[in-house]
Amino acid sequence: MALKLHGIPMSTCTTRVLTCLHEKGLDFELVPVNLFAGEHKQPPFLAKNPFGQIPVLEDGDFTLFESRAITAYLAEKYKETGCDLLRHNDLKEAALVKVWLEVESQHYYPAIYQIVYQFFALPLQGKTADQAIIDVNLEKLGKVLDVYEARLGTTKCLAGDFYSLADLHHLSYTYYFMKTPWASLINSRPNVKAWWDDISSRPAFKKVAEGMTFGEK
Amino acid sequence: MATPVKVYGPPMSTAVSRVLACLLEKDVNFQLIPVDMSKGEHKKPDYLKIQPFGQVPSFQDESISLFESRAICRYVSEKYANQGNKRLYGTNPLEKASIEQWLEAEGQSFNPPSSALVFQLAFAPRMKLKQDLGVIKQSEEKLAKVLDVYEQRLGESRFLAGDEFTLADLSHLPNTQYLVSVTEKGEMFTKRKNVGRWWSEISGRDSWKKVVDLQKAPPPKSA
Repeated sequence: MALKLHGIPMSTCTTRVLTCLHEKGLDFELVPVNLFAGEHKQPPFLAKNPFGQIPVLEDGDFTLFESRAITAYLAEKYKETGCDLLRHNDLKEAALVKVWLEVESQHYYPAIYQIVYQFFALPLQGKTADQAIIDVNLEKLGKVLDVYEARLGTTKCLAGDFYSLADLHHLSYTYYFMKTPWASLINSRPNVKAWWDDISSRPAFKKVAEGMTFGEK
Repeated sequence: MATPVKVYGPPMSTAVSRVLACLLEKDVNFQLIPVDMSKGEHKKPDYLKIQPFGQVPSFQDESISLFESRAICRYVSEKYANQGNKRLYGTNPLEKASIEQWLEAEGQSFNPPSSALVFQLAFAPRMKLKQDLGVIKQSEEKLAKVLDVYEQRLGESRFLAGDEFTLADLSHLPNTQYLVSVTEKGEMFTKRKNVGRWWSEISGRDSWKKVVDLQKAPPPKSA
């Protein structure tokens, strides 16, 4: 099979790519990586991604890491198939997708990552979550969500009145965030909540969410 | 002749300088419009309309208004693909994907620790703010690990994404410029053989030298 994705079904970054693959209706193989055995930090894997992280995409002989680079590659290669994630036929729409992709990457993700990491990942390592770190990041995330609330009062989705890759990139971390005690940050903002309900109910994501069992017994 | 694009923000801002470097590489005419951050202009309602996070740069190309420096760079590189440095964003999908991979590595792995160090070591003293030694130590450790990966990569490849200078390399210029020229952490780059060689090459480009000149120019007098 041409497309191979190295990763695991519960990983946020792997699921970012899985959702994109499903939105495009692509065939692929998910090749598990044994994180608990440290497979991602050993030489055969490091040859694919020197940063020792999942996921990694293999498309025939071509190897790619960084989930947002992988989704961008897939969205562009298969731009005429499935959902139009990049809005490539409209210069202005495509430009706004680029903007909100970076907003996720530089504003939303750094705050939400810390909360999800502290709440889900640390207990698995036998450590307790640092509430001070969580609190600082809840405040940061709240400010970002205020901007989103205003934006989503003017457009249906982030880049415009259309679903795009920018919205898709928010799904994985937000899904886990909604299982923390602080889901009210989303639920208390009506425009953000409506947007979240809309994008998280897309069939492509629901398929992926079934495997997102982090934190469940 | 096309209307010059507009870039709002001071050239000393790392994010503004990232965009300027890209515009110069692509031979795109631009107008640099000052934003007086010392007077909080970037946090006022008029500015927040064009950049809701209250940051610089923001950017205008006729009716298209954008923000986030890396988004602006990608937009400029795509729209003006056929002028200036035509290899900046790749000439085929695989080249572009490789550039995106290293541009993401910059944004996700290189930028957080390097920009923390730039703030702590280059800006905090000027702003008379207390430095956080814990943050400095942690950031240096993180950056060292990233630069070890770069050292290996740049031993296999002349530039990050391949044999040509691309947007991926360009994106590293602003933070590294500060670290090398005004802090004592420059050694992290210059003492690594391949990283040092790469830094010399990319910072020696005409486009970057012009940006550094713009950074050194005295700020415009406020009205």
